[in-house]
Amino acid sequence: MIDKTELWFVIIVLGVCSFALRFLFLGLVGDRTLPDWALRHLRYTAVSILPALVAPLVIWPAATEGQTDPVRLLAAFAAFAVGYWGKSVIGAMLAGAVVMLGGALLGL
Amino acid sequence: MADEQAMSSFWRGVKTGFPFLFVAVPFAMLFGVLATEAGLTLFETMSFSFVVIAGAAQFTALSLLNENAPAIVALISAIAVNMRLVMYSAALTPYLGPLPLWKRVLLAYFLVDQTYASSQLEFEARPAMTLTQRFAFFLGVMIPICPPWFLGTWFGAWAGEAIDMDSGLDFALPIAFIAMIGPALRTPAHRVAALVSVIFALGFAWLPFNFGLIVGGLAGMAAGAEAERRMSA
Repeated sequence: MIDKTELWFVIIVLGVCSFALRFLFLGLVGDRTLPDWALRHLRYTAVSILPALVAPLVIWPAATEGQTDPVRLLAAFAAFAVGYWGKSVIGAMLAGAVVMLGGALLGL
Repeated sequence: MADEQAMSSFWRGVKTGFPFLFVAVPFAMLFGVLATEAGLTLFETMSFSFVVIAGAAQFTALSLLNENAPAIVALISAIAVNMRLVMYSAALTPYLGPLPLWKRVLLAYFLVDQTYASSQLEFEARPAMTLTQRFAFFLGVMIPICPPWFLGTWFGAWAGEAIDMDSGLDFALPIAFIAMIGPALRTPAHRVAALVSVIFALGFAWLPFNFGLIVGGLAGMAAGAEAERRMSA
């Protein structure tokens, strides 16, 4: 059983810290212009953080206790391929979902 | 006229965010179920989602607390998972920084992976958008993601163990992120950034507290920036 004092400590401090992280630049930098080198790095935030977040989940899925799973690999590839060549986020999500469902139906 | 344009940006945001509804709701429900199983009351579970509003960090904190890890360890791990939010905040600042303070507070509260990534891609693709249109677009994207996160948490906590969570569900989140990555790789510099970030994230996956994510992210950003500098030189 989770101790209630500890629980509220985590909820409140985590909430305050998460907001501080989110507000840091938006709030403190505001409309001051950032230097060119900083802007150049920030342009690549999305295409760096998202792949870094996803790559370990694809290669070592938590649901299979870290065992690489062919169905998940294929689903990830299908979603990426449709997104990259088809330029459609929705199409890419559907492609990944179809592979996962197909795997489940085949009992893989 | 300006209002009309803001409204059309808002609705385009709603449309862009819509597919994430199907990711946010099951995950929020899963959080509600797990929190209830861990002994949290409905009020505690809802407070968690309202105060923290960050899926990955919530799951991390909850599972560590449930495994009887010290509260400080649960807290630090969850904050580490959320370090990426600083980079999201920095990346949107050139687009949204001039907004009045209360609007920036609102943006910061609703800044999650999907609202960030959708907005960044939209603002890059449409450089002519005004500040008002960008803010309207962000709010539009937020609508199918954040309120469903709260509702889903509530429903999961209410239904409790009655919901059977399908085992393939864990992969909805990676698929949603991958789906956003493909269309975003518009230039060679973007592709270099993504490739380098994957290599570093996998190579440093052994680091504690998810720091491999931060290493991968920073390496990708540096590689993308360097590739851009060389191409334009």
